[in-house]
Amino acid sequence: MSTGSPRTFFEKVWEDHVITALGPDSDLLQVDRLVLHELSGSQAVRALAEAGRKPVSREQVYTVIEHLISTQPGRGPTDSVSKSGPVMIETTRRASREWGFHFIDYDDPRQGIAHVVAPELGIAFPGATLVCCDSHTSTVGGVGALSWGIGASEAEHVLATQTLAQSRPKTMRVSFEGSLREGVYAKDMILALIGQVGAQGGIGYAVEYAGTAVRSLPIEGRLTLCNMSIEFSAKYGFVPPDETTIAYLAGREFSPKGADWDRAVAYWRGLPTDEGARFDREVAVDCSSLAPQVTWGISPQQVGAIDGQVPDPASATDGEARSLAERALDYMRLSPGTPLSGIPIDVAYIGSCTNARLSDLRAAAVILKGRKVKAGVQAVCVPGSTPVKRAAEAEGIDRIFRDAGFEWHESACGFCGHIGSDRFADLRVVSTTNRNFEGRQGPKTRTHLASPATVAASAVAGCIADARRLG
Amino acid sequence: MESLRKVTGIAAPMLRINIDTDQIIPALFLGGTDAKGYGANLFHGWRFLPDGQPNPEFILNQPPYDRAQILLADRNFGCGSSRERAPKALREFGFRAILAPSFGGIFFNNCYRNGIIPVELPIEQVRAIADEVAASQGLGQVTVDVEEKAVASPSGSRYAFEAPETLRQMLMQGLDEIALTLSRQDAIDCFRAEDRTRRPWAY
Repeated sequence: MSTGSPRTFFEKVWEDHVITALGPDSDLLQVDRLVLHELSGSQAVRALAEAGRKPVSREQVYTVIEHLISTQPGRGPTDSVSKSGPVMIETTRRASREWGFHFIDYDDPRQGIAHVVAPELGIAFPGATLVCCDSHTSTVGGVGALSWGIGASEAEHVLATQTLAQSRPKTMRVSFEGSLREGVYAKDMILALIGQVGAQGGIGYAVEYAGTAVRSLPIEGRLTLCNMSIEFSAKYGFVPPDETTIAYLAGREFSPKGADWDRAVAYWRGLPTDEGARFDREVAVDCSSLAPQVTWGISPQQVGAIDGQVPDPASATDGEARSLAERALDYMRLSPGTPLSGIPIDVAYIGSCTNARLSDLRAAAVILKGRKVKAGVQAVCVPGSTPVKRAAEAEGIDRIFRDAGFEWHESACGFCGHIGSDRFADLRVVSTTNRNFEGRQGPKTRTHLASPATVAASAVAGCIADARRLG
Repeated sequence: MESLRKVTGIAAPMLRINIDTDQIIPALFLGGTDAKGYGANLFHGWRFLPDGQPNPEFILNQPPYDRAQILLADRNFGCGSSRERAPKALREFGFRAILAPSFGGIFFNNCYRNGIIPVELPIEQVRAIADEVAASQGLGQVTVDVEEKAVASPSGSRYAFEAPETLRQMLMQGLDEIALTLSRQDAIDCFRAEDRTRRPWAY
């Protein structure tokens, strides 16, 4: 097992899962957990059945209904804004039951967005290889899993073999040093990093998040951080386990129990990167002066501090950056030099696997309490999971949201991606989600990514607003 | 999987960085459990006007690029969502190869499983090929030879590339990846038996 020389967390976990080398560039890996959902899981289960094959390790497969199911209160078993939603939900439901996967249906009290549910239930754990047909699977790297997004064909392969052939990535360590100032969150850290390294900065890398600011983040913040790894094209992002991780996972439904728990904890404590281990690339981000971040363009790298301005493409360092900025400002209908704070919004959206956990809703509630959403602004909250929703309701957070003028929905992927509802079409949205791509939240929808606190403050102000300066 | 040894054809330049899979095929068109039926909505937001008519400004609506088999792209092509309908839509349109300096990692793997080779070439080489293509009004043929690991421009300039060997072999031979893995069942069983004693909680 141990080679004696210092190893990174990534190297330890990867090497512990290599069944056999397939060549100099790739390995056949053991997959500990496959998580399916109805959008791509439905394709994988159908293809598997059509090939006359069966899943080989149903105990390691978990299905959650979350991508296409409606978020409307009182939703039925196949309600969806997607025309094909019902058939995809039914296909996934039938296969999951027939094949005996762990199945979390739309009305299960444990239901929610896969990447919110997986840590909540202990499906994800330190040192696990966990895959799912969703690029934000790296989210659960926040509990020290090695997790990544795959295609439907790869999911079919996992079902049939419980393994996956993967090229071994290079390693990067991102050290977030210093203490976050009041009102600055994990979302701001990851947006600042993407602005610093660019949307392609992580291609080919598995990224370890380290540094004092990461160590002091609670698990929910670490999940937010890891969630957006793919937004700088890193397939893998993780925070190696520590005592915070172990305390978080203790007692969860699928966490190891009894003697297994003690053995697991002992194994997990050996996973963090050894002193002196080398990374292929090191990046440092200074958190001590970090301000809340908000995007102004159509790539997450087009981001700035909330007290800054829309940049002038003319001042870009090269022709490429200039043309990218011009295209972004044209789509976003923004002019150079406009202060980011003060840009009028039509919609405030709190939801998604990035930022709809209990701590996110609490941060927003602090701002919304006793205040009202500005007239004319649609404000929508879709909790990240049903347990999050219930916990928020038990604390009275739903009342604060509703009294302020927010809609309060059932949990699902909801309005993060445009699957049929044109509600946000041609509107400007400030959103806690992860992608501001053209059309991502609807035709001509102009998305500004930000933290829950910023979104809540913006809902109240009717324009992009700094929560720290709300009157 | 569909095999590919060599393709020669029209190459369409689309030299912009960070073209994401939401642009390649918007989420609205991911419906259904079918393996096919996505090509009609390839690049939907760019390819069609709001009234549903083809956008004449968009390159894939312009002859001869409307029958392109090779796409010339810039860095981070296929970034974003893991949707496998992105390479499926490209393949259904007719594409067999994409030449770009880098690719989104999930998309890269998905291409191989849908009969497309994603070829990593430095941007200078992609631009040189694009310049030759433009000079020939798009009619100059580009060849991507998976077997020889080389691209030939219309004038015959040759650019070598590297590709993950396992995936390249699978693509050339059109192998069923699952059957290939199942042929290693002994190694898998052996690993799992040993791993189960070491990490019982993972099973």
